[in-house]
This record gives sequence, structure tokens and C-alpha cells, in this order.
Amino acid sequence: MRIKVVELVEKGFRLVAGDNGIDKEIEGVYICDLLSWVMAHAKAKSAWITIQTHVNIVAVALLAEISCIIIPEDAKLDEEAKKKADEEGIPILSFTGTSYEAAITLYEMMK
Amino acid sequence: MGLLVEVVNEMVLYSLDFDVKARDFDSAGEVSSNLRSVLKQLSLNPDVVRRSCIACYEAEMNIIIHSYGGHMEIEIFGDKIRITAEDTGPGIEDIELAMKEGYSTAPEEIREMGFGAGMGLPNMKENSDFMDIKSSKNGTTVVMEILFK
Repeated sequence: MRIKVVELVEKGFRLVAGDNGIDKEIEGVYICDLLSWVMAHAKAKSAWITIQTHVNIVAVALLAEISCIIIPEDAKLDEEAKKKADEEGIPILSFTGTSYEAAITLYEMMK
Repeated sequence: MGLLVEVVNEMVLYSLDFDVKARDFDSAGEVSSNLRSVLKQLSLNPDVVRRSCIACYEAEMNIIIHSYGGHMEIEIFGDKIRITAEDTGPGIEDIELAMKEGYSTAPEEIREMGFGAGMGLPNMKENSDFMDIKSSKNGTTVVMEILFK
């Protein structure tokens, strides 16, 4: 089932940037911290889980047409990245649990 | 008629020029983001847009990570996009090796940021229909073409 980014907010994900992109649809999940690997393999409309928190993740998400970025384990997003995500409308959500826990939450929601 | 199409296809309809600074990670992706907005406005096939942007992003990152600085030119023709990335030194020592997935000469601090996965050149080749690399100690020039098919 397709879900929208905004629905994640009710499931323990905290929106930290890119509020204007929350109506984007999510069709899958991709987990990886190597940016070129993400560019090569992530499908459009994925929710991307990564521990990278610097500004370049926004460009990667934009170019790979990723719906939102999820930062696990409460890692703090860089200020530059927040600014860029707001500009480009790429939602970034913070999550307390691990990448695995974020992925299974999404799996349950999309079932 | 065929000749006319050929002539139109040979004309540059739109071109973009950018300087890319070495190690300027804060502006990384700007060339590709600009290209993306232009291509979206032209209502090109989404696959062509995606492939062009990926190829462009990797070329841009290579200049930022590996060169002393460079320049990118993007030309949009009637039937294709040509991306030319030109930089000054130190060049690619072994192009064949650099083309291998996973091979990278990026320093550790750059890898920690998630770059230098050794996927740059393979991604460029994968996403373009034509690619040519020329490299010496004075710099590298990469030309890629993505066809509108």
C-alpha cells in the first residue's frame, strides 16, 4: 500500500525539515549510507534511511526522486542540510530507533 | 525532411555553464539540480532526466573530490544531452581500474561522508549512451551523451 510522508509523523517519526514536501507518496524503502550507491540503486519514491546528516543528502534525494529522508538513532541533522531541504521541499524525519526498526515500522504501515 | 531533422538535431538548443570548485561540498549537486530543473521544464522523458542528472552529479562530485577545480558544460540538442566535465590535475592514473565498481582513491574523511564508494565512473557509464574520458597529469575531460530515445 502506498503511504504519504505525513502519515509517518503519527508513527514516531519527527519532521525536522522540508515541511512543504509532506504530501509525497512513499512506494518503498531504501537503506544505504554510500551516496553514489543510493543514486545508482534507490528507486524513485523511496523513503531513504541513512545516518549521513550533511547537506549533500538533499541533492541525492532530489536527483534520485526520493520521497523523504529518515535519519535514525536521533542523529542530529546539519543546519545547512535543513536549510537546503526546506528550499527543495525534501522532507527529513528523525527517528529514535535503529534503521532496522524504522524499516519495519514502514513495512507494517505499507502492508 | 530527413536532412532537416538532422540539421535541427545538430543545433544546440540550450546550454549551461558552471565552474566547479575543488572540495566545495556545500555547493555539491548544484550543477545537477540546475540541470534537473531545466530538463523538467522541457518535459523530457523522466528516465532521460534521471539518467542525465545521475551522470551529471557523479561528474560534478568527481571534480569536487579529486581535482583542483574545473568546469562543466551541458548542451541540449534536439535528440540528446551532452555533458562535458573538464578539470585541472592530478588526472586519473589508470582509467581502466577507475572504471571498476568499488575502486576509489578518495581519502578517508570523504568516504566517511558517504562519497568515494567507487561508483562514480561506473554510474556515469551506466547512465549515459556514450562516454569518453581523456586524462593526463594536467587534468581530466569526460564527455557523456544521453540520447532522447
